[in-house]
Amino acid sequence: MTTPLTAAIEGIGLWAPGVPSWEAFVGLHRGAAAPEAAPARPAPTLLPPNERRRAPDTVLVALQAAQAACEAAGRDPASLPSVFTSTYGELAITDNMCATLARAPTEVSPTRFHNSVHNAAAGYWTIGTGAMEPATAISAGQASFAMGLVEALAQLEAGAQAVLLVAYDGPAVGPLNDVLDSQGLLGVALVLARPAAGDRLRLSLQPGEATPAAPPAAVAAGNAMAPALVLLEAIAADAAQAVVAAGDGRGLRIGLGHG
Amino acid sequence: MLTHSRPAPVAPVAITAFTATTALGAGLQAQHEALVQRRGGLRRNDLPGRPLECWIGRVEGVETVELPAALEGWQSRNHRLAWLGLQQDGFLEAAREAVARHGAARVAVVIGTSTSSIGETEEAYTRLEDGRFPADLARLKVHCPDAASGFVGAATGAAGPTLTVATACSSSAKVFAHAARLMQAGLADAAIVGGVDTLCGSVLYGFNALQLVSAQPCRPFDAARDGLSLGEAAGFALLERQAEPARVRAWLSGYGESSDAYHMSSPHPEGLGARRAMQDALARAGLAPDDIGYLSLHGTATPANDSVEAAAVAALFPPTLHASSTKGWTGHTLGAAGIVESAFALLALEHGLLPGTLNSAVPDPVCGPQIRFDNARADIAHAMNNAFGFGGNNCSLVFSRP
Repeated sequence: MTTPLTAAIEGIGLWAPGVPSWEAFVGLHRGAAAPEAAPARPAPTLLPPNERRRAPDTVLVALQAAQAACEAAGRDPASLPSVFTSTYGELAITDNMCATLARAPTEVSPTRFHNSVHNAAAGYWTIGTGAMEPATAISAGQASFAMGLVEALAQLEAGAQAVLLVAYDGPAVGPLNDVLDSQGLLGVALVLARPAAGDRLRLSLQPGEATPAAPPAAVAAGNAMAPALVLLEAIAADAAQAVVAAGDGRGLRIGLGHG
Repeated sequence: MLTHSRPAPVAPVAITAFTATTALGAGLQAQHEALVQRRGGLRRNDLPGRPLECWIGRVEGVETVELPAALEGWQSRNHRLAWLGLQQDGFLEAAREAVARHGAARVAVVIGTSTSSIGETEEAYTRLEDGRFPADLARLKVHCPDAASGFVGAATGAAGPTLTVATACSSSAKVFAHAARLMQAGLADAAIVGGVDTLCGSVLYGFNALQLVSAQPCRPFDAARDGLSLGEAAGFALLERQAEPARVRAWLSGYGESSDAYHMSSPHPEGLGARRAMQDALARAGLAPDDIGYLSLHGTATPANDSVEAAAVAALFPPTLHASSTKGWTGHTLGAAGIVESAFALLALEHGLLPGTLNSAVPDPVCGPQIRFDNARADIAHAMNNAFGFGGNNCSLVFSRP
């Protein structure tokens, strides 16, 4: 790599239990009290109420964060290609499908089946916003956030003006707790754009590896996507660098700075 | 609707090796012979414990494939099929040579799958012990979507950016676009791309619940088609940023991706997303529709997909185009469909064999003259492959002869 891949961070969205927004996350970081009466479940307004009730929680948290990031960026969601990354997707559906298949396979629900695809959140997002731009859905174990960020930066390098990155995971359910580790709900979204004069905040991939930092313990503890919070905490702290997990104990170095 | 400007042409990416293993057999020669002889690979469903009335494209012998000791912790039907697929056409050697040539950290692994190794997770639920996974299945590194790319990385030694793309049935077409971007951004010098999906309860009973599975061998684009046949497959391709001309077997010359923004499991009725994916792939390749000599269609044989896709093709391409679906041979291999049908498109470039459409007799009236049921032979320079997935996720690829 000759020039580090760089992007402007135009908008940030976040939803975690008790921390329903990026602003609440920054407040917590600065020592403010947790918001009172934070909603127990994300409720993205771009889904009609009946779909909101039926949609999987990971879809809701992804859409909630994505919508907030687009609003903060002042970007029309329909104009953005999107990268959705999740370590496990919706584990409540995995659990339900596997349990149903073991008990009465012909009773598998058609809606649960089409919601079981890893790109369910991407699908609901593009349908809800009318975005015909490309959407992708990836998984890369502990490196899921890092690989999502890398893909978003690669899309900018390939010509996109701006890209939406959405990272989310939900809790392991039932017997899946024996083999997977994730708790609670977490959604993080960034609108990233090609760098331009006057950018308030930029990130860049730095060469070389480093030991990844531990995610903040106070927010979404135990969620598989918590490595994304390492970046958010560094931004909240005005730090110059964040090292996010890239798998096998390795860390991806991300430089932060003003444009 | 937003106005969409077509992407600028991109530099082609060298394809230096590729392979496919499907119900037609293991490796490219088995694929080519079955296509030439119009010998299909579908059989009556005989998956143990999954007694659904349908036809499946099951790969012979997956059960007895043995993983090397170093990969023992990855035991699953999906990884046994991936391992069988990696052995064919010298692919594993080519991948390991690329790792040696470029350095492990400079070789990316991008693998598409829709269900990864969910079959083993399903099995665990049938053998729960006091509500817990049995020990033999709990110890395996297979119960997660990224197992597919993790296994291929472990099998080849590649250690660059490693990810699983899981956009349902477009997954292993999109891997080419992901890999091209990683290389363009300077994050890798080579990429092992591919797709693996295996037959399992989730997909058989899931598609059955959506009433999309035919009781007969599927009949793509036939007026009487009544659903798909499911299959399983593994396929891989080696992409390199720079390769000596003698090693280039074909070029990935363009890719196009789009979203329908319409429905989770039904295509856009006017095929707007499909058209946009095909047009963007042509634009990146710097080609016009009449440059394409063969189009491998998504052609699942569901009533909705085929009529929408046929109309989109008729709107874009001249009547001279030879377009077909090969799903009557292999079944719909879901997350592996993109790589399998890319391999068929690459075979068309190498051998001039343009497959027709198996099992189909009477074309749906919506089909234009582009949709062909008979095989043909022609010397072609460019071929396209379509793959469309749930969530309205579309990808088209253009390949070119060196």
